[in-house]
Amino acid sequence: MPATKNRPFLLDFEKPLNELESKIEQIRELAQENNVDVSREIRDLEAKAEQLREEIFSTLSPSQRLKLARHPRRPSTLDYIQAISDDWLELHGDRGGYDDPALVGGVGRLGGMPVVMMGHQKGRDTKDNVARNFGMASPGGYRKAIRLMEHANRFRMPILTFIDTPGAWAGVEAEELGQGEAIAYNLREMFSFDVPILCTVIGEGGSGGALGIGVGDRLLMFEHAVYTVATPEACAAILWKDAGKAPQAAAALKITARDLKDLGILDIILPEPSSGAHADPLGAAGILKEALEQNLETLLTLTPQQRKDLRYQKFRQIGKFDLGNGE
Amino acid sequence: MSLFDWFANREKSETANQQHQEREIADGLWTKCPSCGVLAYTKDLQVNQMVCLECDHHLGVDSNERIRQLIDAKTWKPLNENIQPVDPLNFRDRKPYKDRLREYQGKTKLKDAVQTGTGLLDGLPVALGVMDFQFMGGSMGSVVGEKLCRLIEYGTNECLTVIIVCASGGARMQEGMLSLMQMAKISGALERHRQARLLYIPVLTHPTMGGVTASFAMLGDLILAEPKAAIGFAGRRVIEQTLREKLPDDFQTSEYLLQHGFVDAIVSRIHLKRTLAQLISIHQPFYPINAGVALEGNLSMNHEQFVVHKEN
Repeated sequence: MPATKNRPFLLDFEKPLNELESKIEQIRELAQENNVDVSREIRDLEAKAEQLREEIFSTLSPSQRLKLARHPRRPSTLDYIQAISDDWLELHGDRGGYDDPALVGGVGRLGGMPVVMMGHQKGRDTKDNVARNFGMASPGGYRKAIRLMEHANRFRMPILTFIDTPGAWAGVEAEELGQGEAIAYNLREMFSFDVPILCTVIGEGGSGGALGIGVGDRLLMFEHAVYTVATPEACAAILWKDAGKAPQAAAALKITARDLKDLGILDIILPEPSSGAHADPLGAAGILKEALEQNLETLLTLTPQQRKDLRYQKFRQIGKFDLGNGE
Repeated sequence: MSLFDWFANREKSETANQQHQEREIADGLWTKCPSCGVLAYTKDLQVNQMVCLECDHHLGVDSNERIRQLIDAKTWKPLNENIQPVDPLNFRDRKPYKDRLREYQGKTKLKDAVQTGTGLLDGLPVALGVMDFQFMGGSMGSVVGEKLCRLIEYGTNECLTVIIVCASGGARMQEGMLSLMQMAKISGALERHRQARLLYIPVLTHPTMGGVTASFAMLGDLILAEPKAAIGFAGRRVIEQTLREKLPDDFQTSEYLLQHGFVDAIVSRIHLKRTLAQLISIHQPFYPINAGVALEGNLSMNHEQFVVHKEN
């Protein structure tokens, strides 16, 4: 049963559904108080609600999906890790003087198998978000991530990364500490590891900050997650010279899971519970866990060298161009 | 002629002179240094590799000029010249992407924002990629990614040093996520080049930003930069907007990066070719790779023997 009632942070397009659902609830309570049998009416209304939900969530526009991907109640990296793994221990520090709260990682077991897990961590509320820098990682975060991946590779543990960031932190200190170098280094090193790497976009995949932990054997993405070269707001400001054109930019940039599958960038779309992952976090975690286990099983049948070669080939073929010789 | 007329005449001739000058700038005969404002004969500037004779400011150079500066005459062999961009997203902002491409192709006579090829640099064979800022701000889309990948793979197969002259505003938004993924693709090709123990040197020129900085610009075994180039990940304006504070003048310059440990050396364009040749030559294997193999298995080598051998 989706827990839609009295949910805070309602998005515009969720409102009609929410109204209908609270109405059903009211009728049920009234009927109970007055001892009247309304089960048939309720069944009809519930069917109607189900139909409405289906309509709303199957026709979401890219900018509506962006709102869902940024939903404050959407499960975060630590929510998923705690839901899908056992023996989780968070590990800290880049060994260079910094521990980034916006990019977390550690060891645990997925269905018994030892794994290293990491991801961007957004906050639950404003206070938490300020502490987590809204999931925008610093160079130290990317260096912690690569340290943990090197550890995983050394001890032959698969690497699971969870992507959920508006982008890498754009600040004076981040530049001073080499944000560009930190991300670049990760991109190259992730090609050098021979353990399986699974990357999942759980919410918002923002630009280089997302890619910095996003080079793997498989890219998975939740149905309502987005992954974009630049935030639609920034893109609108630059190309349209008008930040208000963000919805157009969101559509033009092709940021949804379906679009990215068609472009040959995404491998697997993970379906979400009927009202989105935020309405049923445990349901979403179950779907994620099953997909991760299945893909690990396949990847573990390959030799380490095969995994490296296939990972290179997977990225090598991304891009659309004309060879200019009639081909 | 009254004094008044004399002044009027002088003003007239000054404006005429100025107009004449402006026309000559427009014709390209003269070039005004954007830093010190001094006018120089374009030909003199070209001889000085587009470095201002007065203030040492490094003016922008297009990819053809850059290849002429770095590669020995008549040794340049372009690679994959025919690869051209398409419009994979059917992208349209205030103008369709297709139109923009056509416009820049007409203006620059290039198919996209990078030229790649092989040639000799002071007699040393290199695989060279040169980004062209004139073509959509040197932005990186599928073609830039593919051509650089092919260049690096060619370098790996032929055991060549790879040099990439960077000049780019970052990823090309009009190709969406395909652009972002080029960062990973090029980094993967560089990983293979590195595994083969081959030398890669990016040269960072004004400007090197965004996705280029966050991939191949920062992955050099050695990293060179031209003086006073803007180099960074996030744009200056973006940072100013998020932080609402003014940034120091030298923020994100070559000098700033040198100070913070992210480039090996700042090299004037006048010395760039010579410095690259010096570095490539110093990285040539000096002793046979298999030297010492004969001694393996006999590691308890006798000290006296070694000394005697040395004296011989």
